[in-house]
Amino acid sequence: MIRFENVYKRYPTGREALSGVSFNMERGEFVFLTGPSGAGKSTLLRLIALIERPTRGTVLVNNQNTARIARRKIPPFRQRLGVVFQDHKLLYDRSVFDNVALPLVIAGASRREIEKRVRAALDQVGLRGRESHAPITLSTGEQQRVGIARAVAPRPDVLIADEPTGNLDPELSLEIMELFTRFNEVGVTLLIATHDLELVERLPHRRVRLVAGQIAGDTPAEA
Amino acid sequence: MTALKHYFGLHRDNLVGAVKRLAGQPFASLLTILVIATALALPAGLRVAVNNADAVSDSWQSAADFTVYLKMDVAEDAARRTALTIEGREDVAAVTVIDRDAALAEFRAQSGFGEALDALDGNPLPHTLVVRPASGIASDVEALAKAMEALPETELVQVDTAWVTRLRAMLALAGRLVDFATVLLGLAVAIVVGNTIRLEINNRSVEIEVTKLVGGTDGFIRRPFLYLGLCYGLAGAIVALAVVGLGLLLLSTPVRAVADLYGSSFSLAGLSLPESGLLLLGGAFLGWAGAGLAAARHLRAIEPK
Repeated sequence: MIRFENVYKRYPTGREALSGVSFNMERGEFVFLTGPSGAGKSTLLRLIALIERPTRGTVLVNNQNTARIARRKIPPFRQRLGVVFQDHKLLYDRSVFDNVALPLVIAGASRREIEKRVRAALDQVGLRGRESHAPITLSTGEQQRVGIARAVAPRPDVLIADEPTGNLDPELSLEIMELFTRFNEVGVTLLIATHDLELVERLPHRRVRLVAGQIAGDTPAEA
Repeated sequence: MTALKHYFGLHRDNLVGAVKRLAGQPFASLLTILVIATALALPAGLRVAVNNADAVSDSWQSAADFTVYLKMDVAEDAARRTALTIEGREDVAAVTVIDRDAALAEFRAQSGFGEALDALDGNPLPHTLVVRPASGIASDVEALAKAMEALPETELVQVDTAWVTRLRAMLALAGRLVDFATVLLGLAVAIVVGNTIRLEINNRSVEIEVTKLVGGTDGFIRRPFLYLGLCYGLAGAIVALAVVGLGLLLLSTPVRAVADLYGSSFSLAGLSLPESGLLLLGGAFLGWAGAGLAAARHLRAIEPK
């Protein structure tokens, strides 16, 4: 589903964020991307979402070489990818409903379809009935869950998340991870970047460890 | 069918969103709209002025008399006979004879050159005929003037329509200048809207970034800004139309008073229906185009980080 082949990413400043990263993720896998801050976890995710392009090497998503995706073709590519951000990236001038509906509106879903899917997504993240609330009135954990609802509302095959629990206390963090696990159970492929080792160790998923831009460990999922 | 419905649904949402956005910051919106309205009302108002001046000069032309100066050796009774002959023509409405003595007396009274005239031997002025043509059409008047010139008694024909012709030439020039001003001010409207949209794009960079992140196409992201530009332009054009209408209303009474003094039934004409439509359409188009330029230039720069 996601495949990195000897990928390098060097920034114009000269810093090399990724140095020869190769790894493979099968469809339906749940992978934690761990490692200290600055190890290149965010860069790796940004290459998947085509926010950045690799300096060298190949990134394949859904058997599609991302290097061959022209700028014009990025929007439909991103529509099939769910992305969760550490800072939620919600729009504070509109309601929870409108935030979650955004990718569906872009994809051209009908009004009825949008309403159905937004409610379903909010239901899944435990925010049923909060449609008309303003995101700013919600707690950080709730805002993060709105961000997750937005990412899963279009039912993507792949969900990537960058430090989704970065600002949350351990209890809320575990809740979010359990939420991700439930998505994985219905077939979504997940790649979650986090530096929260304690949390990761409580869950049975595969762990890919990144240190200084290189793969430093790959622990398979517990059976 | 559903795709089409969705497409129009999006456009309706964008239009509603644009109107809401304008209403959401009424003071800033109003300022921008007033600037646009000024830039549109100026050429529209000038156009109305030129159109009315054209109409006035048309009515003047039809009332244009011209003067035939006879040769010095033509006696008064010969002058009167000539006048009768001319008056008999079909293309002449009336002929007035101004005999040389009357002309001299008037000149002495009005010019202030009385003493200078005393120094002359006798009367230097000829008998004069003032001819009023039956037709007001410039070419007819010209033909009649030619015929008068050909008479053996004629020394000089002075066509008084010359100044009307000059006025019309100047009005044609003014019309051209208005065209020029229209183009320049239209450009100004596009630039004002473009700059407003540029600020709007900057203000909404987070929204644009997030929309791009969740797969929004360039068209999807651009559309609300195009509609906003269109609304600015259209609102400006509506205000401009109102300003021109108000100006005409305020001027109509004094213009009527002047026209009455000249015994004319002239009254101010406003913008015609097609002209009003063109103003509204033009304003909307310029707003849309200005927004399009700003969007093309600035939307690309905002990329997810």
